[in-house]
Formats: sequence, C-alpha cells, structure tokens
Amino acid sequence: METPDNAFGVSGMTIMGYKWILRTALLILCLTASTLSRAEFSGNIGIEGRYFIEDPLFAEQSEGFTGSISIQPEFRHQWNNGDNGITFIPFARVDSEDDERTHADIRELYFLDVNGDWEWRIGINKIFWGVLEFQHLVDIVNQTDTVENIDGEDKLGQPMLHLGLNKDFGLVEFFVLPYFRERTFAGEEGRLRSGLVVDTDNVTYQSSDEENHIDYALRWSHYFGNFDIGISWFDGTSREPIFQLSEDQSSLVPFYQQIEQTGLDLQYTGEEWLWKLEAIHRDGLNENFWAAGAGFEYTFVGINESDADLGVLMEYQYDQRDKNQAALQNDLFFGTRLAMNDVQSTELLAGFGYDLDDQSRSFRLETSRRFGDSVKVNLEAQYFSQVDSENVLFDLRQDSHLQLEIVWYF
Amino acid sequence: MKKQLFATLLVTSLFSIVATAETDEEKGLRIAQEADAFDAGFVDFTADMVMTLKNRKGQESIRQIKSKTLEVEGDGDKSLSLFLEPADVKGTASLTYSHGLEPDDQWLYLPALKRVKRISSKNKSGPFMGSEFAFEDLGSQEVEKYTYKFLRDEACGEYECYVIERFPAYEYSGYTRQIGWIDKEAYRVVKVEYYDRKNTLLKTLTSSGYNQYAGKHWRPESMEMINHQTGKSTTLSWENYAFKTGLTENDFDKNGLKRLR
Repeated sequence: METPDNAFGVSGMTIMGYKWILRTALLILCLTASTLSRAEFSGNIGIEGRYFIEDPLFAEQSEGFTGSISIQPEFRHQWNNGDNGITFIPFARVDSEDDERTHADIRELYFLDVNGDWEWRIGINKIFWGVLEFQHLVDIVNQTDTVENIDGEDKLGQPMLHLGLNKDFGLVEFFVLPYFRERTFAGEEGRLRSGLVVDTDNVTYQSSDEENHIDYALRWSHYFGNFDIGISWFDGTSREPIFQLSEDQSSLVPFYQQIEQTGLDLQYTGEEWLWKLEAIHRDGLNENFWAAGAGFEYTFVGINESDADLGVLMEYQYDQRDKNQAALQNDLFFGTRLAMNDVQSTELLAGFGYDLDDQSRSFRLETSRRFGDSVKVNLEAQYFSQVDSENVLFDLRQDSHLQLEIVWYF
Repeated sequence: MKKQLFATLLVTSLFSIVATAETDEEKGLRIAQEADAFDAGFVDFTADMVMTLKNRKGQESIRQIKSKTLEVEGDGDKSLSLFLEPADVKGTASLTYSHGLEPDDQWLYLPALKRVKRISSKNKSGPFMGSEFAFEDLGSQEVEKYTYKFLRDEACGEYECYVIERFPAYEYSGYTRQIGWIDKEAYRVVKVEYYDRKNTLLKTLTSSGYNQYAGKHWRPESMEMINHQTGKSTTLSWENYAFKTGLTENDFDKNGLKRLR
C-alpha cells in the first residue's frame, strides 16, 4: 500500500499491439506448444465496484458507482526438476466508465533456464526491488499500471533478457530491456486523474529510438546476518514521465527522458523491529536529484493473548525535486497492520499520509478476508481529507472512494 | 553437529561407566540426543503435506504445502515451503534457516508482487495458516532448543515409550512445557502434550502410520493436533516422502524462492 508516485499521467498502451511483444510471444508459445497441454492452470476472476463519495471535479468524469471485471489466467510448466520452465500470465479488465481502464496486458510470458549458479529468463516478466511499504523508490524495471490502482503496486509486463549469477558474494543480475512500456492513465470519464487528461496517443521521447530504445539494468543483492542489501543501476528511458501542455492546451503530453539511476535498498530484520531504507540518485536531461525513504515496522505478536499480530509502521519520504514534480517530497506516513491469523486470513492495513510542507492529508484502508476455499473479498477506502492547491494530489481532492472487490481463485 | 553429538555420546557413555547414577534431567537430555543422532544423516528430504483444519462445528478447510528440508551440519536445518492451497495463496513460499537458540533467518515470497520479503521470526507461538499447529510445532527440532526431564517408562499403543518432559529454552514460546511419548526402539514421537503459558493443557498431538525411509528414517503419515481449549483440530497428512534427493545449498537460496513454480 502506498500513495501514488505519480497519480497523474496516462499512457495508452492497452492491448498488446507491439511487434516485439508479439514476436516473443509467438516464439515462446511455439516453444511450449508441445508442453502446454501439461501446463498447470490457475488464475483468478475479479468483480470490482468503486463508489465515489463526492461529485466529480471535472465535467466529463463519471459520478457515483463504477464497476469493472478482471481476469488473470496463469499457465505454468516446469521440467528438468524445475531448472526449465515456461510461464504465461495474460491479464484483462473491462471498466464500466473509463475506456482507458478497460485494458489488457501480458503480465508474464517467459522461458526460464537454470544452470548451476547461472540462470536466465527471456520474455516478458515482472521484477520487484525494494523494502518500503508506502512508496517503491528503487523499483524501476516495470512500468506502473496506474489505472489499476493508484497504490502503484500494479505493474505492466516488461520485455527483457534477464541473466543472474548466484555465488557466495551474492546475486548479480543483468537486464537488457529492449522495449519501453508507457505508463497508463485514466481517461476523460475516469476518476483519479489530473484536470487535463493525459494524451497517451501523443507521447514524446528524448531518444530518437522512442519506445524501441534499449535500456540496461544491473543489480547486486545479498544478505549479511540481519541485513539484506541491494544496489542497483539503471540506464534508459525514465518510467516516470514529465508532462507538457499540448499545443491547443487541452491535454497533457507525456515526455519520457533518458536517465541514469542508482539505487540502494537496505533492511535490518530484528525480532520485533524491521528498519528499512531506500535511496536513489537520478541523472536526467534537466534534472539531477536524489530521493530517499526510511522507516520502521514494529510488530506486537499475539496481542492480548490472542492469535492476532499488530504491526505499527512509520516511513518518511524525501525528494529533492519541487512538490509540483514529486508527490512525496517531504512526507510522513503512519500505518498499522492487523493480521488475525485466523482460518480466513483476515487482515487490515490502515495508512495515514501527511505532507510536512503543505499539510495535505490522505487516509487509506485495506482489508481482506477469505470466504470458503477460493473466494477472497478485498475492501479498500481512500480518503483525501485535505489537499493543498499546490500539492500534486490537488486534482484528486474530490475522488475519495470505497472499493469492494470479490475475487474468485481457480 | 554429528561430530559434536558423537563426542557427547562418547562422553556420556564413558560417564555412565564411572558414575551410574544419572539424574532425570540427564536421562531426558541423553534420550533427546540419542533420538537426534538416530535420525541424523538424512541429508535432505522432500514431502507433500495436506492440512485439514476442523472447527468445533466440523467445518473443514484445506491447506496444501510442498516442503523441502536440507540437513546442515553444525547448525539448524534449512527448509522451504511452497503453498498450493488455498488458491489465493498459491505460489507463496517461505524459506527458513533455523539456528537453534538464535533467532531463525526467514524470507517470504509474495507471488502477486513478485516480492521477496525478509520477515521477523519472533512469531513462534502464532498459528500456522490458521491451523492448530503453531510455527514452533513445525520448526526444526534441535536438541538445544529445550531442557529435558525424564518422567517414566510407559506403554504407548503398540510401542514401549520413554515419557519425557521438555521445557522451551528459546524465547517467545507459547508453552511452559511439553510432555512427549517417544518409543524406545526407533525414537518415534507417538504423542506430545502441550501446556500453555498458564501451564494448562492446551493441545495433544498424536502421530501415526510411521514408515521407514532410506532404510533408516521414520516418518509419520498422519499427525493430529487437538486443541482441548477450543475444540478445534488439525490433521496433517504426509505423502510422497523422498530422502537424499540431491538438493543443494543453491536450492535453499532466497533467490530460488522466485522459481519454485
């Protein structure tokens, strides 16, 4: 759970029409043709309803209730004792109001080969880096699927060649990222967007190779006793766009610059305490800045002689950029996590965000519980209680909402 | 660990020649050490586990887990669990390096986010996946994790048993003590009674259907845990035991969590 790293913006990549992806898909599907029949099949189907409490701020936006359905089938096959494997996970959502939120993606489609200390994967995959809960600073390989959820935890599948070497000195990974995925943004009818809609059909790039620019990334990760550490480096197209006004001033045009980013993530794990740090330095066309987030999580085990655990979290985010460029430039987060540890895995996570510069406040609640063996119900509430006119979240100030999702797993 | 044990056993047996009088505490410890030595040298094993959770009304809920364990000389074992059921946690996996009295190292893999998370290992007394088994009931059972006291000899079903009391020596246990019935022939744990922090009988574990694997190692087919205070129970059925499967340290690496399925 976290607040948006950039709640505005849009990018049009919806249905996979891209040659690179199609070619890789075909290659891997051909590879699996003989084994697909033996593949393990699972996945989920979700029905989601959102209710926006206040009237929309902008004329075209939908009001009140919006509904949507999503499907994510998952095919997996392993052989050679798990040293080889194929994974295929497509995803699609249909939304009752927002055409941009109606979208499909290949989350994963890759081939895995493990050879002793070496492993490599080719295809579309999702990579997670980092340790914090409210914002994921160092996590840069995959683009954020913002229309899915403003918490920034949904990602678009990224085409890549991923090579890893696992030795006594830790894990060293090398990534070649041959195709860029544009960020998704809510459309005209959608809530949770900027006043001017982001025009994802008119994306601009610093590189003349545009979305075909080849990006590279390198990461070393290891653990020493109670410390887990990762150091990463990225060179390529920024996942975070800069917005420019369109010529007729009626929309925002995303501009994706070339950047070099170095990242550090560190966690100390004690018996009750987790201490976390993430820091990045980014060097781009007109920007050169650093940002960091640090915090802790303390867990009370078995509160009141019960089975439940209660966690208390606090994280602070700093970004050297101005507050109209970075949402979390001087922000404090408080959170609490309750795990009932019951048969239904009932959980609750509540978070409160506070901007120390302009006193903007937002509140978020996430709860989930299993019903029967295969149904999970997730309830989320997002409340923007006070948003300063200069805060990046200002256009979302009337988008407080409740979200109920019923997911069937198969 | 083997060498140490051998030395301890040698010393203990030499000692018993010199001084025949052995206290109940010494006898309890000796039996625990013998049981540990008896099962040593399994190298690695894999097994599939089905948990059936039953509440007081008899409603059932199923958990399915694939587990892998690697014997580590001079330290606690390493273990991997891959969750297959319930469906919403399918693909979730945990990796534990146990360290006897020291806190364990533990990582959790969350497949939806593809995130490997280092987690605190303080929660020993909490329920494992909502079941009647606590984390400490399923963790690696190293000799030094308890202090012991021999109580008596007693018949236990088809076997002749030692009855031994043991007291957790590690922090954050949910128990004051446990009483175990261990058979004299092959150190099979037939029954364990668990006493809560108030020293009241909380649970009874009964293991049955013991089979011998790799010509040496005894493992039960079924373990039933009954909670006397809540009336709930959990039955753990083990299938597909395989020993010395050729697993290596590489299979028990935090990076490996991402490719279990």
